[in-house]
Amino acid sequence: MIETLIESKLQERVNKLRPFVGNTPLFPIQRVFQKKGVKILAKLEWQQLGGSVKARPAYEIFRAAISSGELYPGKKLLDASSGNTAIAYATIGAKLGVPVIICLPENASAERKLILKSLGAELIYTSKFGGTDDAQEEALRLSEEDPLAYFYADQYNNDANWRAHYQFTANEIWNGTDKSITHFITGLGTTGTFTGTSTRLKELNHDITTISLQPDGPLHGMEGWKHLETAKVPGIYQPDIADDNWFIETTDAYALISEVAAKEGLLISPSAAANLAGAIRLAKTLDEGVIVTTFPDNAEKYGEVLKTLF
Amino acid sequence: MATIIIPTPLRKFTENQSKVVTKGDTVQESIHSLTNVFPELKKHVLNDDGSIKQFVRIYLEDEDINVLDKEETKVESNSTISIIPAIAGGAI
Repeated sequence: MIETLIESKLQERVNKLRPFVGNTPLFPIQRVFQKKGVKILAKLEWQQLGGSVKARPAYEIFRAAISSGELYPGKKLLDASSGNTAIAYATIGAKLGVPVIICLPENASAERKLILKSLGAELIYTSKFGGTDDAQEEALRLSEEDPLAYFYADQYNNDANWRAHYQFTANEIWNGTDKSITHFITGLGTTGTFTGTSTRLKELNHDITTISLQPDGPLHGMEGWKHLETAKVPGIYQPDIADDNWFIETTDAYALISEVAAKEGLLISPSAAANLAGAIRLAKTLDEGVIVTTFPDNAEKYGEVLKTLF
Repeated sequence: MATIIIPTPLRKFTENQSKVVTKGDTVQESIHSLTNVFPELKKHVLNDDGSIKQFVRIYLEDEDINVLDKEETKVESNSTISIIPAIAGGAI
């Protein structure tokens, strides 16, 4: 039987997915770093649909586009991503019955490509020299060529990205810490996590300090992070929300992957380790405080990194 | 003499040039020739001891130099060297 997906059905399906997005636990880091009066809590963002923090913006982008009528049966969702957002789109798209097309750099890992193909995503490869900046340009070109065929999700410039964190991530942190959070620190990629979460947290308590993190150069090993000085700056980025911005070296992050595995029992991704490196640097400067960071995903998709470490 | 293809994020440091003709008989000499002309590139590509950073991949034609003779890989006047980010980059 050929399934005819009508708009009301699509709306119903997306609403039913809501409970599988967000509500991730705050994990106390207790053995890798200890200091009296200072707590570090990491939000385990892989514990949701698609296995990463990207469930949040991908879901909200789908939901908003279906609600506004921009995405309807017969249209395909199109975007640029090298990793977790693409997987989140493909996961949600499969469940909703919406085809997903991803523009990604050809040097994306073989694991990513296999996961995306398994979930039914159509892949369009872009130059290995251009990263996701070139992939964005290709997605834009395709969407302009045939606007009726595609809904161009444009995660770097779509307000639904940061809004997902504003509406949910921040409030989960606020409630999960019994309103005791004093510092929020996380890395910049699309900047959605930092912008949305920080904006809402500062509304809840303007004394909360927010610190953004970036790689220390354009060529680095923190998948998902952007060195904004040399990259296309996302339209949703709001630098004024940050009280400070720090740079993290890949080697410091990778060293923490091994340590966290041995002492905390978590196998975390390079970007999660980089966030923790920033949180520990911050914790060393405080006499007391509750620091919250995010662990965007675990190490499952980073076999090539793990091979160099273990 | 080899031509080095510069990835987009590094073009800010090469006056926006996507290809640069360099001097030298090995990959290492070619890269050092590049960083001598564009010194701002050095900290992004090389360690303090002059070796190539861990998160930078260098290709000679279609081969990763790690499966050739690494930095000592010989180049010809018509060789093409590519600097490629170790990860595809992306979004958090």
